[in-house]
Parts: sequence; structure tokens; C-alpha cells
Amino acid sequence: MPNLNDILILLPELYLVAAACLLLLLDAFMKAEQRPLLHWLSIAVLLVAIYLVVGGQPSQPVTAFGGMFVRDGVSEVLKVFALLCTALVFVYAKPYLTDRKLFVGEYYTLSIFAVIGIMLLVSAGNLLTVYLGLEQLTLSSYALVALNRDSRLSSEAAIKYFVLGALASGMLLYGMSMVYGATGTLDLARLHLAAGHTGMPHLLVFGLIFMIVGIAFKLGAAPFHMWIPDVYQGSPTAVTIFIGSAPKLAAFGMAYRLLESGLGDLSQHWQLMLACLAVLSLAIGNIVAIVQTNLKRLLAYSTISHMGYLLLGLVNAGPEGYAAALFYAISYALMGTAAFGIILALARAGFECEEIDDLKGLNQRSPWAAFLMMLVMFSLAGVPPLFGFFAKLLVLQAAIHAGFLWLAIVGAVFAIIGLYYYLRVVKVMYFDKPVEGTEIRLQGDASVRLVLSLNVLALLVLGFAWGPLFGWCQRVFVG
Amino acid sequence: MIDPQMFQLVCFYAFAAVTVVAALGVITLRNTVHAVLSLVLTFFSTACIWLLAEAEFLAIALIVVYVGAVMVLFLFVVMMLDINQERLREGFIKFLPVGIIVALVMLGEMLALIGVRAMHEAVMGANPATVAGMSNTEWLGHALYTQFLLPFEIAALILTVGVVAAVVLTLRHRTGVRHQQASQQVRVQPASRIRVVKMAAEVPAAPQPEAGKETTP
Repeated sequence: MPNLNDILILLPELYLVAAACLLLLLDAFMKAEQRPLLHWLSIAVLLVAIYLVVGGQPSQPVTAFGGMFVRDGVSEVLKVFALLCTALVFVYAKPYLTDRKLFVGEYYTLSIFAVIGIMLLVSAGNLLTVYLGLEQLTLSSYALVALNRDSRLSSEAAIKYFVLGALASGMLLYGMSMVYGATGTLDLARLHLAAGHTGMPHLLVFGLIFMIVGIAFKLGAAPFHMWIPDVYQGSPTAVTIFIGSAPKLAAFGMAYRLLESGLGDLSQHWQLMLACLAVLSLAIGNIVAIVQTNLKRLLAYSTISHMGYLLLGLVNAGPEGYAAALFYAISYALMGTAAFGIILALARAGFECEEIDDLKGLNQRSPWAAFLMMLVMFSLAGVPPLFGFFAKLLVLQAAIHAGFLWLAIVGAVFAIIGLYYYLRVVKVMYFDKPVEGTEIRLQGDASVRLVLSLNVLALLVLGFAWGPLFGWCQRVFVG
Repeated sequence: MIDPQMFQLVCFYAFAAVTVVAALGVITLRNTVHAVLSLVLTFFSTACIWLLAEAEFLAIALIVVYVGAVMVLFLFVVMMLDINQERLREGFIKFLPVGIIVALVMLGEMLALIGVRAMHEAVMGANPATVAGMSNTEWLGHALYTQFLLPFEIAALILTVGVVAAVVLTLRHRTGVRHQQASQQVRVQPASRIRVVKMAAEVPAAPQPEAGKETTP
């Protein structure tokens, strides 16, 4: 029977649900000119949630509601960074939304509902909570993508996302039902014990394959990546930035829960499957990105390749690999937020700043914006001494230690191929002449520009001082 | 005499086959009405499978809610899409064969279920509801509100997201549209609707109609 202790363990999530409902009500009764208040309130709500997650963190992993919900170190790290990224997204998105008359309270409430989904997903201790957390996240995302309903591109992206997402959920559920059939339990901890000596190992592996397909869909790993470019390009940039940041942490959390907490004993089966997904993602992501002319689409293919690197860490199937993959997920979430944040800051009403050519001669118009963008591109490409370099180094190391030397070599080769298209953006900004008659500069008030600069400079600082963060990632998998 | 266990297995595979074929029909049939009818059959066969597994409450809920309410609504919408009385009447004859086939398959499935039930009650596996000495519905309620409380609440949260999403995607504030303002209607004062006018009880007879004195202001 659930008791008060269960509720205390769930406090951050319950608080966020209550806050989201209050914001929804507040929005309904608010006058249009008071609406900016909602923006600051939403950011405050997220920051308080971070405090609740860190402050109430138990020293030992605890479970609530009969093992349905797990609160451990992994979930803490993922929740803190998911909340932080969402708060950054809110800061960057406001000028963009206001310019395009998309500044509605539902953007904030739906995003917070999505974050609740992320938090439930990364804390799931049962196949049911994994599925429900995932649905909570994706349903909110579908609505966010369709937010700009007068745009045909946006509606198309939402429909594609919805149909493929529903397909992925179906695959995942099918796999889960097979696993349930083979082991007779939905609880991940008990599944871990039962997986070793089931009478139907083939059924279990069959279920595992479908679950991996579901995970790959959500990560956006090739060959299940088809939705990523269209959704990234079609959604309003203020939504793309959200979809490209915090949910990646959730996808890592989901993969960790299902593969390690649930089916860790089958790692010799899923290691090779993940390795294949990783190679395909690296190849498709990096090679197709070369021919892109749309910046958002380019970043979408870059996401696919980054998910390939994340999978390199998971392939290790040990604490070292999980720590490297978690570190990679965090670094990607921060880099993705920064990259889309700059696009948001450069865009204004009637000018989306979506094409790579829009950035021509940015250095002459706005040297600071060009410098920030250059740092982000170098970090995404993995140029030392930036954050992205160490994240890549650690996953490659994890793959080598797991005996996948060939995979690490593939990863390194594609990192060099990928360097080309990131450098192309830098070249356009610094060496091309600006197009006459256009104007491009950082929009938004000083606070937005300050937060954006801090976010990008953090990539540089973390490149030098990545030790403590990686130490945190390592600690949560050791205990 | 047929082996009851065997019969149950045969029934399961038959129901499963009907479900899969009907589900394929939903996505391949070109005629939308046929597709919806096919969906009805899918739900019905799924309910039959659940009855085989002794999940009576879920099976009945599926029939009542999905087949009874949602699907009929679907059919209404699909048939209303092309409002043409002539074609609707034609449609009745055209859709009749498919409707009859769906109904016949459903009848067959029901008869098979009755057969399973009549043959043997002990064939069915250990049922947690029977073990606990409760009816299926009672046991489901217990499980939902104790063991599965958290998933149940998350499901409620997902429905909330659905409501918010539906509102944000469909609600449009159009300008220049005439509509009632309930708050103003409620707040209205008698003075703004009628005007009490004082006038003499009797109007003196006017000698000439053209020079009649106007009393109302």
C-alpha cells in the first residue's frame, strides 16, 4: 500500500504537476499584457524543482509505490540537467515566441508536462512506468511541434512525428509484452533476476529486439531516424530547441532502465545490436549532413550522429560505458541548447535564420555571435579543448575497453568526416561576404544574451574542468 | 467429444487471426465505412481474447466504450463527411454485405466463447481474482488503486495533456465574430433594458388628431 513515504520520494514530480496545473489556470485568467509574468514563473518553477531533486536526494537508491518508481543517482543527474536545459530553453524561446505571436501559456505548460514525463521515465522501475512516462513526454512534444498551426510545414512535421512515434510506441509495447510473457513480471528489478533463467530465452530475445527498436526510434538512431530531420526543420525553432535537448537525456535514461536495470543479463545479445545502430547512425548522420543547406536540418543530422556516439558508450555495458554515455548525453543536451539558442537569438519576425547562407559574414555584423557559434560548432565537432571533445574521447575509450576496437575506429573516422560540415558553418561566418541589404544581429534583451553567452562559455570551461562532472557521472553507476 | 483445452486454444488462434485480418482491413480498405466496420471487428475480437483470459471487466468495457460509443461516433462522422442524402441511401445497400459479414463473424466468436465456458471452467489458468475470492471487477479496482496507483495517476496526467493539446490546437479567437457574452448578459441591470415612463392615466380627448399631444418623451 502506498504511504506518505512514497509521496515524499515522488515530491519533485508531484510539485511539478501541481505547478503546471496552477500555471495553466493562471494563464486562463491572465490578461494578455500580464503574460510575461508567466515566463518568469515557469523558469522559477523549474529552478525550484532542481532544488527539490538535489535537496531531497536520498543517500541510497530508494523505490516508491512497490518498485514502480526508483530514485537513485542516475535519475538525479538526468533530472537536474533536463530541468536546467528546459529552463534555458524558456529563456531563449521568449523573444522568438513573442515575435511570431506564438507566445501562449500552453507552450510553457506543455513543456513542463513533457519534463514531468522525462522525470517519470528516467525514474521508472517498471515497464509500465517506462511506457507511461514516455507517452507523457511524446504526447506533449507532438502538441508542441504543431503549436504553429498556421504553418503547413509545422503541421506536416507534427503528423509525421505522431505517426512514427505511435509506431515506435507500438513496437516498444510489443517487445514489452513478449518480455512479460517470457519472464512473467513487469518489474525491472525482478525482470533482471528472472531474465537469467527463463524457460523461453528465444521469446525474451525476440522481445528485446522490439524494445531496442523502440529505444532507437526515441533516440533517433539510424535506421529509425526518419522523423528527426523533418521534425527539427518543421517545428518552430523554439520547439526544436526543446526537442533537441532534454528528451535526449530521457532517451538515455530509458535505454539505461530497459537494457541495464531490466535486461542487463542479456548484454551479450544487445551489445552487437547497439553497435550496428551506432555504425549506421554515425554513417548516415555525418554523410547526409554534408549536403544540407538548412541549418536546422544540418543540426538534425548532427543529432543522429551524436546519438551514434552515445550508443558507443552503451555498447560497453558496464559502469564505465554508462558513465561515458551519460556524460555524452549531458554534453549533447547543453551543446544542442546552445546551438539552437544562437539560431533563436539571430532570428526575428520574418527572418528565421534557418539557412546556412543566412549566416554569411556574421563575423562582420556581430563578431560576438559569430564567436559563440564557432565555439558551439567546434564543441559539436569535438575539437579540443572543448566540452564535446572529452565527451567523444570518453565514449570511444569505453568502446575500446569493451573490446569494440573496430567500433571506436569507425567513430573516430566519422568524427573527422563530421568536422567538415561544422567547419563549413564557421567558414561561412568568417570568410564569406555578407549579403547586401540584409541585417543580422543578436536579438533579445540583455538577460537573454547574457544567459546564452554563459551557456556557450560553459562549454569552454567544462572542456577544461570536466573532471567533477564526469566524477559525478561515474559515482552514480558505481554504488 | 472435443478436448476442452484444445478447443480453447483453437478459439484463441481463431480470435487472434480475426483480429489481425480485421486490423489489416482497417488500414488497407479504401472505403472509410468499411474500414471503420473492420475496426469494430478488431475491437470485438480483442474483447473475445480478453474474455478467454477471464478479464471480463476489461472485455465488457472495451465493447461498451469503444464499440458502443467511440466507433458509432466514428461511423457517424465518416458517414456525415459527404452529406448527400441520395448517396447515403445508396450507401446503406452498399455497406450492408460488409456489415452482415462483420456481424456474422462476431456471432461466431460469441458462440465459441459460450462453448469454451460451457465445456470446462477449470481449463482457464490460475486467476488472481479467483484466488483472492473476488469478482474480476472488484479485483481490478483493488489492483488499480493499490499496486498500480502510480501508473493509474500518470495515465490521468496523460489525459490532462491530451485536453490541453486539444484546446491549444483547435481553439481560435476570431475577431469580428458576433457571439454572446454571458458575463455581460448576467450582469445586466433592469434600468438598461426597460424604461419606466410616467404618463397621465387619462389622455384628454383631442379635438384634432393632427395636434395630438405627445406624452412619451
